[in-house]
Amino acid sequence: MIKGNLKRDKENRIAKFLVSGPPLLFLIVFFAAPSLIMILTSFRFPGEFGGLAPLVSPAGAAPGEFGLTPEAYQFFFSNVLYAEIFLKSFGVAAATTLICLIMAYPLALLIARSEKRFRNLMVLLVVLPFASNFLIRIYAWMIILGPESGFSHAVNAVLGAFGMGPVTLLFSPFAVMVGMVYVHLPFMVLPLYTNLEKHDSSLLDAALDLGASAWQRFWLITWPLSLPGVFSGAALVFIPVLGMFAVPDILGGTGDILIGNLIKDQFLGTRDWPFGSALSIMLTLAVLSVAGLATWFARSAIGSVHKV
Amino acid sequence: MALLEIRKVTRRFGSYTAVDNVSISVETGEFFTLLGPSGCGKTTLLRMIAGFDMPDSGQILLDGEDMMGTPPEKRPVHTVFQTYALFPHMTVSDNISFPLKMAGNTPRDIQSRVMEALDNVRLSNFGNRFPHELSGGQKQRVAFARGLVNRPRLLLLDEPLGALDAKLREEMQIELINLQKNVGVTFVFVTHAQNEALALSHRIAVMNQGNVEQVDEPSKIYGFPRNRFVADFIGKISMINALVVETTPSHLKLDIAELGEVTTISKEGIKVGDKGVMAIRPEQVRISHPSDEVVLKNHFLGTVHDLLYVGDVTTYIVELANGAHIKALLPNSAPGRAKFFEVGDRVGVSWRQDAGIFLND
Repeated sequence: MIKGNLKRDKENRIAKFLVSGPPLLFLIVFFAAPSLIMILTSFRFPGEFGGLAPLVSPAGAAPGEFGLTPEAYQFFFSNVLYAEIFLKSFGVAAATTLICLIMAYPLALLIARSEKRFRNLMVLLVVLPFASNFLIRIYAWMIILGPESGFSHAVNAVLGAFGMGPVTLLFSPFAVMVGMVYVHLPFMVLPLYTNLEKHDSSLLDAALDLGASAWQRFWLITWPLSLPGVFSGAALVFIPVLGMFAVPDILGGTGDILIGNLIKDQFLGTRDWPFGSALSIMLTLAVLSVAGLATWFARSAIGSVHKV
Repeated sequence: MALLEIRKVTRRFGSYTAVDNVSISVETGEFFTLLGPSGCGKTTLLRMIAGFDMPDSGQILLDGEDMMGTPPEKRPVHTVFQTYALFPHMTVSDNISFPLKMAGNTPRDIQSRVMEALDNVRLSNFGNRFPHELSGGQKQRVAFARGLVNRPRLLLLDEPLGALDAKLREEMQIELINLQKNVGVTFVFVTHAQNEALALSHRIAVMNQGNVEQVDEPSKIYGFPRNRFVADFIGKISMINALVVETTPSHLKLDIAELGEVTTISKEGIKVGDKGVMAIRPEQVRISHPSDEVVLKNHFLGTVHDLLYVGDVTTYIVELANGAHIKALLPNSAPGRAKFFEVGDRVGVSWRQDAGIFLND
């Protein structure tokens, strides 16, 4: 018996390795290695015509900028502009997350409380936009928010009636926010729905029975129990928004640059790879610290709920 | 005046009538049980008392006041749910203090009453635990404490012991009786387990297909079931087709085809010529060797058809001369003895003249 168990244990280990091996390998090759390359790149000199300067000075070349240097980081910290863009990006990410949460929560609750046979259809409708290309959808917003669109006319007509406007919707922080919320809303709805759908309705019956009003039932029962969903939804929105460059590129004006645009420009525009890498590393560190703080906060807020 | 009065309440779901013109009244301090098979309407009735559901017609009065316009959160009625429905993100103390907070009590008042409630269910040291850290029985006791803490006029219990295993169930039954005695709150208890109903209740309403078949004390329900449904649903009983041939103020004489005459106690409204069944509980039937002298008048011979050994007692199913089966229960009083008769043995069965009852069709 014991021998058989040992053999089975060994087989289990092999099976585990066989199953988890390929994805592990994938992550090492396409995540861990590139991250290390990025770190290395951020400490190198940019090449004369883009790319990177060689690590060692080539034979016969004049002494110049070769080897490793913290220059990119010095540059980042020497100019307050970059800190401002970082701060603004975090602000946009936070605002997008909050707006997504406010918009997604009632929707997720509606789906979760609908009859079972309608739920899948409603979830399908939420993810349906993914069926068309992301860029096409953003370009569509360009048309919707454009100066000649019915929507723009309507907004300006309303503003005009109050003696305000006219305003340009496109190429503004407003347009960026609309695009960001639009793109990321499903990522908030789905985790919220997944959480809310599992709630035991007898808890609400019990709260009602024990004298809680509708508002109290929400704040004391539904909301605290949904916090795991809120936090995972927030992570799924906040982090991608920080790295997003297409939405500000297409819908934003010149003043609406975010970290994503800045990094993209370093690689495709100014061709300063080390600085672009340094920005990426800084962004990663910032995201990790925010995520760490959020996790710590979430643990203390929902510690008991997770164990259920 | 009754504490709870249900007057001609009907509730339909589509073409299905879940509760059909039911009238019940429950007195203050009573442990009242709604007993019936699943789908008999007992839970629907309970939900209407709690306010989760509304009757299509009829009235539900609490302390003489019509509850029609009163939503669940405003009714002085609490429910203990089958699944306990403890709030998983709150400690035991927070769960119990929930109704007190909703009622707007002061923190000091809340604290002392939570302590008292914890004490009542012997969980004084568990206030800071979370529900998932408790055993099934402990969760159950927290649910009782939460339902009772702000002294509702009425506590509704929806099969609260259903999720517990048999042994724990028995312990909780005793605890529940004591708890109800101590707090003095009126209980309306819903169950499909007849032995639980008999053990706990002051009075039982037996329900079937939306109707109340009988409302009585447990011993009356068991001893004098009003009709065949109640007789069959509560406990074990043998029923043999019979015809009334003579009525006296104290007894009925019944004729059982191809067997003979038996005597049972009299019953109101029965007249000569009525058809029905003679019903008798297994523990009232004496089983004996055919040669034993029997003084009881209701005495027949038969053959042991089958037997069921459950430890303390053995039930013998005896086939009578006319093919009818009658159950007889015999305690296994001799140590190590599982049975006194074998299948196929000729035996005598007998019972007192006041033992059987006649149930007309």
